[in-house]
Amino acid sequence: MRRSVFPVIVVICGLMAMWYIAVVPMNIKMALTDAERSGMVVTPSGAKERRDRSAILLVAQNPFAVKATFSLERPRLPAPHQVAIELWNSTVNKKITSKRSLIFHGWITLSATLLGFAIGTGLGILLAVGIVYSRAMDMSVMPWAIASQTIPILAIAPMIIVVLNSIGVQGLLPKAIISAYLSFFPVVVGMVKGLRSPDHMQLDLLKTYSANSSQGFWKLRLPSSMPYLFASLKIGIAASLVGAIVGELPTGAVRGLGARLLSGSYYGQTIQIWSALLGAAFLAAALVAIIGLAQRITLKRMGMA
Amino acid sequence: MTLVILALFIWLAAWFLNVYLANTSASDSRWMKLLVPAIFGFTILIVWELVVRGLKVPLVILPPPSLIAETFLAKLHILWKDFVQTFVKGALSGYFIGCTAAVALAVLVERFDFLRRGLLPVGNFVAALPIIGTAPILVMWFGFDWHSKAAVVVVMVFFPILVNTVAGLGETTAMQRDLMKTYGADPWQAFIKLRLPAAMPFIFNGLKISTTLALIGAIVAEFFGSPTLGMGFRISASIGQLALDMVWAEIVVAALAGSAFYGAVAIIEKGVTFWHPSQRG
Amino acid sequence: MTNEPVISAQDLSLTFETNDGPVHALKNINLDISKGEFVSFIGPSGCGKTTFLRVMADLEKPTGGQITINGVSPEEARNARAYGYVFQAAGLYPWRTIGGNIRLPLEIMGYSKSDQAKRVQDVLKLVELSDFEKKFPWQLSGGMQQRASIARALAFDADILLMDEPFGALDEIVRDHLNEQLLDLWRRTNKTIGFVTHSIPEAVYLSTKIVVMSPRPGRISDVIDSPLPADRPLEIRRHTGIH
Repeated sequence: MRRSVFPVIVVICGLMAMWYIAVVPMNIKMALTDAERSGMVVTPSGAKERRDRSAILLVAQNPFAVKATFSLERPRLPAPHQVAIELWNSTVNKKITSKRSLIFHGWITLSATLLGFAIGTGLGILLAVGIVYSRAMDMSVMPWAIASQTIPILAIAPMIIVVLNSIGVQGLLPKAIISAYLSFFPVVVGMVKGLRSPDHMQLDLLKTYSANSSQGFWKLRLPSSMPYLFASLKIGIAASLVGAIVGELPTGAVRGLGARLLSGSYYGQTIQIWSALLGAAFLAAALVAIIGLAQRITLKRMGMA
Repeated sequence: MTLVILALFIWLAAWFLNVYLANTSASDSRWMKLLVPAIFGFTILIVWELVVRGLKVPLVILPPPSLIAETFLAKLHILWKDFVQTFVKGALSGYFIGCTAAVALAVLVERFDFLRRGLLPVGNFVAALPIIGTAPILVMWFGFDWHSKAAVVVVMVFFPILVNTVAGLGETTAMQRDLMKTYGADPWQAFIKLRLPAAMPFIFNGLKISTTLALIGAIVAEFFGSPTLGMGFRISASIGQLALDMVWAEIVVAALAGSAFYGAVAIIEKGVTFWHPSQRG
Repeated sequence: MTNEPVISAQDLSLTFETNDGPVHALKNINLDISKGEFVSFIGPSGCGKTTFLRVMADLEKPTGGQITINGVSPEEARNARAYGYVFQAAGLYPWRTIGGNIRLPLEIMGYSKSDQAKRVQDVLKLVELSDFEKKFPWQLSGGMQQRASIARALAFDADILLMDEPFGALDEIVRDHLNEQLLDLWRRTNKTIGFVTHSIPEAVYLSTKIVVMSPRPGRISDVIDSPLPADRPLEIRRHTGIH
C-alpha cells in the first residue's frame, strides 16, 4: 500500500492540473460576455459572433480574460478553488440547522441511506439464509434475484415516492424503502455465494461430528461468508446512497443532497451543483471507508485478513 | 374479498407445488430450473391482479397487471419512440463510447506500472461514488437532447470497465509471461496472444455490470432535463399526471430492454470465454 | 565442427536481496555443456538448480560472473530463439486448441502458415498426440498436457531444450513412459538438453552428465559423467543399484 501513495498523489495532482487548465476554454465565452458588458474591447465583438467560434481560438485572441474565467459566478466549469470555497462556506461557515448548510442536507440524505441500508441488509441476509436452506426458495427466488439486477429499478424510484406519499407515507420512509431495495439484491446474491463457499471437505467434517443445521450455520457457513458479506455491504451502501439521492428528485424535495442537485440545476447555480456532488462523493467515500475499516478489523480478528 | 381469499389460496397452492417440484429427483433438469421460477413469477402476477381488484386499490396507487398490459399494447407507438430515444440513442451510444475509452485507457495503464499504481485506487474510489449526480452538470454542458444522456452513460460505465479490464490484464501467471519471454515475443505480441485473451472473463464481467448502469444512467439523467421524449421523461411526466399504468408500462419496456441487453452481452461472453471454468459449468 | 561448449558458465553468481538479508542462490558456478549432451541437475530444495536454468533462459539476470549460450549472452540467445523451455506445469493457454498452443511460438517467430501446419503435425506425431490437435487443454489428462507442452518446445528449430522438473506432477507409470519417450526424442533430434529433477533414478536414466548441487550458497558440489551406455532400457535403473 505504501508503494501506491506516491503514484496516487501524482495522479491526483495531474487530474487537478487538467481540471484547472480545462476551466479556461470552458468558461471563456461567458467571461468575454461579462467583459464586453463592462465595457472592455473583445475580439471578435458581439456574443453572437463568438458563439460558434472555437474556445481555444477565443482564449488566444483575448488573453486578458483568462483570469476572469476562474471567478465567474455561474461558470460552466467551476475552478477547484471555487468549489472548495463553496464547500467551506456551506459546511463550516453555516450553522448545522440552517437550510443552506450542506451538512444539514447531507444528514437528511444520510439518515434515509442508513435506514434503508439497515432494512435492505437485514432482509437480504434473511432471504439469503432462506435460499441456502430451502431448495424451493432457491429455485424460485434466486433466478429472479439475479435477473432483477438487470432491471433499472432506480427508474421507478420517483413512482414509489409519489405512491407512498399519496397513502400518507412521507419524508424519510419512502426514500429509505428505495435505498433498502437497492442494497437488498447485492446483499442477497453476495451472501448466498458466501454461505455456500465452504468446500465439501469442511462440510463433511461437520457431518462426522453429527452437527445439526443450526450448528453448521453458526460455526461454519456464517464465518465463511464474512468476506463476501463485506464486499456486498460496500456495494450496498453506495447503492443505498444513490437511491436516497434519486428519491429526493421527484417531488421537488427541498431537503437533501439530491434536492440541492436539482435546485442547483433548475436555478443555474453551477457551483451549488458541484458542491452538492462533492458532498455526496465525500459521503459515499466515508461510508465505504467505514465498512472497509469494519471489514479489516473483523477479518483480522477472524484470521481471514 | 373473495378475490383476496382466492389469491391467498393460489399463493399457498403454488408454493406447495414449488416445494414438491424442488424436492423431486427431476429438480436438477434444465426445464425444471426454468419451470419453478416461472411458476413463482406467474403466481406473483396472479396474486397481484386478484389482491388489487379484490381490495379495490385505487389506480393511482397500484394498477393491476391486466390494465398495465392493456396500456402497454395501446401506447406501443409512444413506448417505442421513448425506447429509441433513451435506449438506442442515449444508452447504447454512451455504452460503446464508454467501453472503448475505458478499455483503451486500461491497456495504457497496464503498460505503465506507475500509472496503474496511481490510477487504480483513484478509479476504484470514483466507481463507488454516486456518478448519477453528474447528470445535471452534463445536461448543462451537452444540452437537453440525448447527447447529455450518452455522456452520463459514458461516465457511469467508464470506471467499472476500467477497473475490471486492468484487473483482467494482470491475471496472467508468471509462468505464462515467462513462456512468452522464452519465445522472444515483443510486448505487442505478448499483449495480443496472452494478456488480452486472459483478460476477457474480467472484461465481460465489467461489460455485463455496465449494461444495467447504462440503462439506469440514461433514464435517470432524463429526470434532470429532457425533450418531450424518452423513458425517463415519460415516467416523470406520467407520475405528474398520476397515470401510473403508463409508468408501469415504461417499466416493462425498461425491464425487457435491460434483460435483453444483459442477455446479449452474456451470449457473446459465452462465445468468447468458452474456455473459462465458469462457462464450462 | 567446433568443440566450443554450447553453454558456458564462468564464476556465475546470483544474489537476491530479501528482507531477511542477501540470499546466495548461485555462487561461483563453473560449468561447460557441449553440444548434444543431456545434462541433469539434481539436489535438495533451494540448491539453485531451477535458478541456474532460468539464468540460462534469460529469465533471471546474474549478479556476478559470466554465462554464454552459443557464444552470446543469454538475452541475445533468447531473442535469437535459441532454446525451448518446458515448465513444471504444462501452462497451455485454455483458449487455444492443442494445435493452437503448439502454433503459438511459431506464430510469434514468424513461421509461414504452411510451415506451421507441417511442424504442428510432425511434433504431435513425435509425442503421440496426433488425434488431439483440435481438442482443448482441459479435455486432456495431466500427462497428455505435459506431452503437449514438450511438443510445443520442440516445434521450432532450437538446438537447446531446457526442462524444469517437467514430469514432477505426474504419476510414476506415466513418468516412466515419458522418460522413455524423451530419451528416444533426444537420440533422434540430437538436441542439447538441460534437465532439472528431484529424482535421482530419473537423472541417472536420462543423462550423459549429472550435475549435483547443494544449497546455501547454491553451488555445484559434483559433476558425474554417466558410465551407462547410450542405449538404455528402464530396467537398468534397478540393475545398477541406483534405487
